[in-house]
Amino acid sequence: MGKLFAAIVAVIAVVSTAIFVKHLWWMPPDISVLGEGIDHQLMETMTASGVLFVAAQLTLAWFVWRWAGGPGAEGRSIKQFPGGPTPMVVIATVLVGIEVLTLSLVGSKVWAGMYLAPADPGSLRIDVQAEQFAYYFRYAGPDGRFGGLHPDLIDDASSNFFGLDPANDTTARDDIVSSSLVVPVNKPILLTMHAKDVGHSFYVPALRIQQDFVPGLVIPLHFTATTPGKYEIVCTQLCGLGHYNMRAYLEVKTQADYDEWLKSQAAQ
Amino acid sequence: MTTPQVRETKAKIAELKHEAPTSFWRKNVFSLDHKMIGKQYLGLALVAVTVGMILSWLMRLHLGFPKFAIPGLSAVYPNGAAGGVMTPELYLSLMTMHGTIMVFFVLTTAPFAGFGNYFLPIQVGAEDMAFPRFNMMSFWVTFVAFLVLVAAFFVPQGAPISGWTAYTPLSAVGKDAGPGQGLGQTLWGLSIAIFCIGQLLGSLNFIATTLDLRTKGMTLARMPYSTWAWFITSVIGLIAFAVLLPACLLLVLDRVAGTSFFIPAGLVISDRLQPHSGGSPLLWQHLFWFFGHPEVYIAILPGFGIISHILAAHIRKPLLGPRVLIGCMAAIGFLSYIVWGHHMFLSGMNPNSAMLFSVPTLIITIPATIATLLWIGSLYGAKLRFTAASLFCLGFISVFVSGGISGFFLAQPSIDIYLHGTYFVVGHFHFVMGVAAMFGIFAGTYFWFPKMFGRFMNETLGKWHFALTLIGVYGIFMPMHYLGLAGNVRRYAAFTDDYMQSAQPLHAFITIAALFTGAVQLLFFINLIYSRFRGPAAPENPWQATTLEWSTASPPPHNNFGDRHPVVYRGPDEYGVKGPEGDYLMQTDPTGA
Repeated sequence: MGKLFAAIVAVIAVVSTAIFVKHLWWMPPDISVLGEGIDHQLMETMTASGVLFVAAQLTLAWFVWRWAGGPGAEGRSIKQFPGGPTPMVVIATVLVGIEVLTLSLVGSKVWAGMYLAPADPGSLRIDVQAEQFAYYFRYAGPDGRFGGLHPDLIDDASSNFFGLDPANDTTARDDIVSSSLVVPVNKPILLTMHAKDVGHSFYVPALRIQQDFVPGLVIPLHFTATTPGKYEIVCTQLCGLGHYNMRAYLEVKTQADYDEWLKSQAAQ
Repeated sequence: MTTPQVRETKAKIAELKHEAPTSFWRKNVFSLDHKMIGKQYLGLALVAVTVGMILSWLMRLHLGFPKFAIPGLSAVYPNGAAGGVMTPELYLSLMTMHGTIMVFFVLTTAPFAGFGNYFLPIQVGAEDMAFPRFNMMSFWVTFVAFLVLVAAFFVPQGAPISGWTAYTPLSAVGKDAGPGQGLGQTLWGLSIAIFCIGQLLGSLNFIATTLDLRTKGMTLARMPYSTWAWFITSVIGLIAFAVLLPACLLLVLDRVAGTSFFIPAGLVISDRLQPHSGGSPLLWQHLFWFFGHPEVYIAILPGFGIISHILAAHIRKPLLGPRVLIGCMAAIGFLSYIVWGHHMFLSGMNPNSAMLFSVPTLIITIPATIATLLWIGSLYGAKLRFTAASLFCLGFISVFVSGGISGFFLAQPSIDIYLHGTYFVVGHFHFVMGVAAMFGIFAGTYFWFPKMFGRFMNETLGKWHFALTLIGVYGIFMPMHYLGLAGNVRRYAAFTDDYMQSAQPLHAFITIAALFTGAVQLLFFINLIYSRFRGPAAPENPWQATTLEWSTASPPPHNNFGDRHPVVYRGPDEYGVKGPEGDYLMQTDPTGA
């Protein structure tokens, strides 16, 4: 039974690691400026923990195989692990400690670049409203200014998703609202995120970015997309029965295509 | 300080006879006996785990084969599953109930309240718990909590759909937020609040019993690993449930009394401006996870203790570094209180605090690694005996390593940005708190069944149960890590349009593995029922173990040790030494003392 256990654990360890190594299922290609740091951090962690995983599982399997008791082992005397627990504890503390420190230091830079560094002053600001079960993206329009928000004026039936007051608020009249997030390539983007009803989330795997919407808070998030194309935006915060359907697209366009798109939207 | 009066009172209490009850109700239902209460908790967990597992099958069937009509489902849910294919809201309600039932009524009750109740007093040499009436209350309060939760299935609009974490404001604003957010969600909040009361009573009892009722010679250093684990767990539980209790009450007040603890102003839900202002959704998350992270250790630390306890008896030598191992458990327990924010890296809380929560989370890796190394190192030079119990201990080590390592990714905010909210997280916590804790429960069951019922379980069936379960759980939860890496988000009812189609074959594979693993559990149920009535009779100490529970009859008499009070002369680790019965010395053996 010990040999069977050892064989099962060894096979599981090798097969599951091989699938990681072969990238059979893997992240979509990164299309953001800051994504590289995340991917690098993930690969570092993957390598370190992959080695630990295989080593631990195979050692477990080996010891179980080697030190099985039973009729043949009755005469054998028991042995202690060479050196006892102390060297093991010291080595584990030092090695894991160093690994933890290194990953924290490198990782904190990646995190800081995304969440602590202010957005580029030249960023294009886009206002986002998340609601059960859609996203709406608002651009300032030709005047470059966003109209104020009035929750009591929110009315999905008349497409007033943000609660704008164009009757009294001149800056709101030219605001452009889109159900897709369209951005120019290589341009820093600053999202200001609002939730209309419950918690939602903004996850774009290709951008390596994820952030919750919190009702009552306006949360900033910045990124720069580097590759034109169409990418999935998905909600990852359980928001009700239509949660699985709360998705939108990020469209990264060349500056010329973007300008044209904006013009066509403004004309509507 | 021990005054003469205190000494006198203690002497009087000691003289009081611990009479066995004679009436059916006192013996089997409203029992004050910790052994019966332990069995009641385990029975409740068995019912709950069956419900939880069936729910997971239904969810997995839908995820793996979204168009498959589940036979009979439309009869149970004429609206939720017309034609046998479930609606997204039914899926979410099954998911919410699965998580809640498993975390609270299985992973907390079985390893902690169940086995702890039965064996903690015996292992310290006590006749019963310190407060038998509180103990009885603790179980029956928990039972009521379970009934209240299950009632949510049967109310109009059905069970809640906001997940076991019940994030506000979705869970707080009432039925405007959609189906399942009506009475079902209120019952959820009440049930968990009641559950907290039960566990607070239990934790108090465990602490008092461990500190006050140890028999002569049972110093803290001589307590078995399992006793240490239950003791540390009860300290964690006392603080954690004391926070969740008021949090749930505030949630219920938001729902029924119009308060706004967790709801800010200006929310428009179902086209209605909500009449709330001033609350904070993040407050709920902080309170919930202040409980929620320690809860992970409430589920897993008893497993640490149980498998260490069982492993020692099966390797026939002392574990490596017994005090270090207990220190690791205590360190993990302490650290569990300062890491809750790692569930909230992307929640909108101040991003500076992410680093603050990340570092202690990563530091937990150190005691967890040391514990794992001590277990694996203990196998070196052993005379390992293979029983269903010891195999589940070895399996525990394997799945704990797997689940622990994926935690290393999620503890880093910069990686969590990508993996948060994906199946990577689902795979991680199912390995480390679901499967590992279950393996601890299985090991405990095979090991202690002869003591509890005086009969052996069938070892052949048990070994098959282990081998097939080990393969099955890896088939379910390892692929979830691949899904997560591919960006497959969790809590989606199905992937039926173009989104995530590449992952669909993997979902189908996981479903088949889940059905297989579920079917294998029949071996366990059959074994339990058959052995309870027909298993071969077990002697007092079938595993040649050293601790006090093996120095009394199987099953133990009402007051645990007959009319004698055991006296302890040594620690629990005296294996691989020459003793009167073989290669071990029992804790009660006075040889050389």
